[in-house]
Amino acid sequence: MTLLRLEQVTRTVELPDAEPLHILRGVDLEVEVGDHVSIVGRSGSGKSTLLNLLGLLDEPTSGRLVFDDVPLERMRSGQRDRRRGRDVGFIFQQFNLLPGRSAIENVVTPLLYAPPAQFWRRRRLAADMLDRVGLGGRLDALPTQLSGGEQQRVAIARALVRGPRLILADEPTGALDVETGERVMALLDQVAEDSGAALITITHDRNVAALARRHYRLDAGVLTPTDADVAVGATVPVGTSAAAAPSPVAPAWPAASSPPVAMPSAFPGERL
Amino acid sequence: MRFITSIAAALVEAWGELRVSRLRVMLSLIGVAVAVAALTAVTALGAVAEQSQREQQERYQGRPALLTFMPSDSTGMKSPDPSLTTTAFQDAADRYGIDWTSRVLQDSGSVELPRGVTEMPIMAVDPDYGTMHRIAVREGRWFDADDADRFAPAVIVSTDLWKELGSPDLRTHPHFELSGTSPSTAVVIGVTGETCDGQCLSMTMLYDDFVKTGFTRIDDGPGAYIPQPSYEAWVPPSTAKKLMPRIASAMSLALGDGWQINPSRMDYAAQLGGYDPYLPLKLAVGGIAGLVLLLGALGLVNISLVTVRYRVREIGIRRSFGATAGRVFFGVMMESVVATVVAGLIGVAIAVAVLKNPTVIGFITSSVQDVPPFPISAALIGLGSSAAVGALAGLVPALVAVRVKPIDAIRL
Ligand SMILES: Nc1ncnc2c1ncn2[C@@H]1O[C@H](COP(=O)(O)OP(=O)(O)OP(=O)(O)O)[C@@H](O)[C@H]1O
Ligand SMILES: [Mg+2]
Repeated sequence: MTLLRLEQVTRTVELPDAEPLHILRGVDLEVEVGDHVSIVGRSGSGKSTLLNLLGLLDEPTSGRLVFDDVPLERMRSGQRDRRRGRDVGFIFQQFNLLPGRSAIENVVTPLLYAPPAQFWRRRRLAADMLDRVGLGGRLDALPTQLSGGEQQRVAIARALVRGPRLILADEPTGALDVETGERVMALLDQVAEDSGAALITITHDRNVAALARRHYRLDAGVLTPTDADVAVGATVPVGTSAAAAPSPVAPAWPAASSPPVAMPSAFPGERL
Repeated sequence: MRFITSIAAALVEAWGELRVSRLRVMLSLIGVAVAVAALTAVTALGAVAEQSQREQQERYQGRPALLTFMPSDSTGMKSPDPSLTTTAFQDAADRYGIDWTSRVLQDSGSVELPRGVTEMPIMAVDPDYGTMHRIAVREGRWFDADDADRFAPAVIVSTDLWKELGSPDLRTHPHFELSGTSPSTAVVIGVTGETCDGQCLSMTMLYDDFVKTGFTRIDDGPGAYIPQPSYEAWVPPSTAKKLMPRIASAMSLALGDGWQINPSRMDYAAQLGGYDPYLPLKLAVGGIAGLVLLLGALGLVNISLVTVRYRVREIGIRRSFGATAGRVFFGVMMESVVATVVAGLIGVAIAVAVLKNPTVIGFITSSVQDVPPFPISAALIGLGSSAAVGALAGLVPALVAVRVKPIDAIRL
């Protein structure tokens, strides 16, 4: 079942005293329910712009975006916001946790915009979700008291707490060291898999990309499907060294076999 | 349910936000709390002063609308006959369904006090008079219907007269002799507030008792002086204008030729012709308080504008997790309102604490013996205006917050 479909989507920004900037040029993309897609591309190639479109934060300049069989242009802005809250979970490179707010308060945030049934059980839901990412004991820790990996796990819990059908991760491991990044990524992959959500990951990291089932490359606003090795080879690998990192697993996600990294419960208290 | 939930959610959000930025909130709210305290205190003072002045006026002139009818004999030939005029008045009052009426007579008479026989002003009224003039009885009670049947007339004395009697406990039925054509013993049942350093000896008794006692000096000869009461009727102000001539003409019709009825309206509301005598005072007080509050609000706007810039990123994050533009607007607004209402509560509490202080209350209402209750209206005005200031001060940052584009905010 198709969750999201882009047809010839372009995104152009008008610049005050220069030629208009064509960030995306005719992107076609179809994402199935439960899909796992990776997108790689050079810095400035338009990856974040594309992700914002997928997450209904932005509108295409031309082309069609159909979310859950509803064309974007048919949604009013309030509906779009509500749908985003319900169906989309964002994970950012810089975690973007609300400063000064504890882990559980951060995870509660999306539930403040949820329907009554979820809102009134918000602390339970948030605590359960934090437990699932292995932070059940750090509910009241502030972001400044958490390591980078822990912060990103809080962000994952926050993205997943409303049970979205689409998870958008914009370089989720970009601010983490290689090993931590891998563990976080494995966790994200696992919880996405468990919840049946589609996961779209933007990354520079070949190992991260390797976890995906389908691979795309974004080059100067043009999106092309690739197989995993080609995709990674085309990027500028940041913080990736083939020697330090374990070699990527097979392009196809071995769902039935043992996961490459331990489950959340395997590292309670261990600092990521 | 959905609506209540979004309100609750916005409150939760606002509260969380306020907890995180405690310092800025504290700073900006001190001003608001002080302003609300000032506004509430000033409003309360105004209300108390107005109430005490009004009570004083009502005491002497009656509550609005109080109509007075003075029968007089235009020919000068007939001897006044109070029983006749009373019947005429009572019939007219019954006809127009007036519940509150009283005969009123101001005269003087002699009473036997411990220091000797003393002549003093005596007011003779009916029991309704107490309500019509909002008479405050400091000790004991006002007359009731049963007092008319007493053998020994009940009297209510001024504070000075009560002191002259040795400030007796009213439960001991203090009494003194009334001299008249048929002398009797007066029993003190109440004490009113009048005092002027022992000079204001006066008393009030029921009209019928007054007539029975016969204070009028017999030497003057029969018919020489028969005191003529005036008649008061307390009616709804809206009907006063209509009723005044009707009652007067009904009375003169009943009394027949030669009688003239002079109607008048004495209460302060009539004299002012509908204008609020306290309007200038209220305007001045309100203006000052409003100015103070405005200054507090400006400080608040300033601080929240500065902080909303810091929060662009946060707003973007919230938007990306499903906050609608309306919610962001409402949330920022709510923060401001929640904050100022908390400050307003503190301000009102301060104002109450200050105004419950007897020395403070003594400055404004020297005539009031007891500390009056804190006017609820003032507290409500204080709270209401703090919420309004919060909404007003939240408006500008809320508009800024709504314009935050989530993509730009997250890009930062
Ligand atoms: N609103 C905008 N106004 C002007 N230029 C923009 C705007 N949005 C994006 N751009 C430009 O479009 C290009 C693509 O931006 P985008 O953020 O999508 O890149 P990216 O692929 O995510 O890069 P990175 O890997 O560095 O995050 C960049 O050159 C950026 O400067
Ligand atoms: Mg980017």
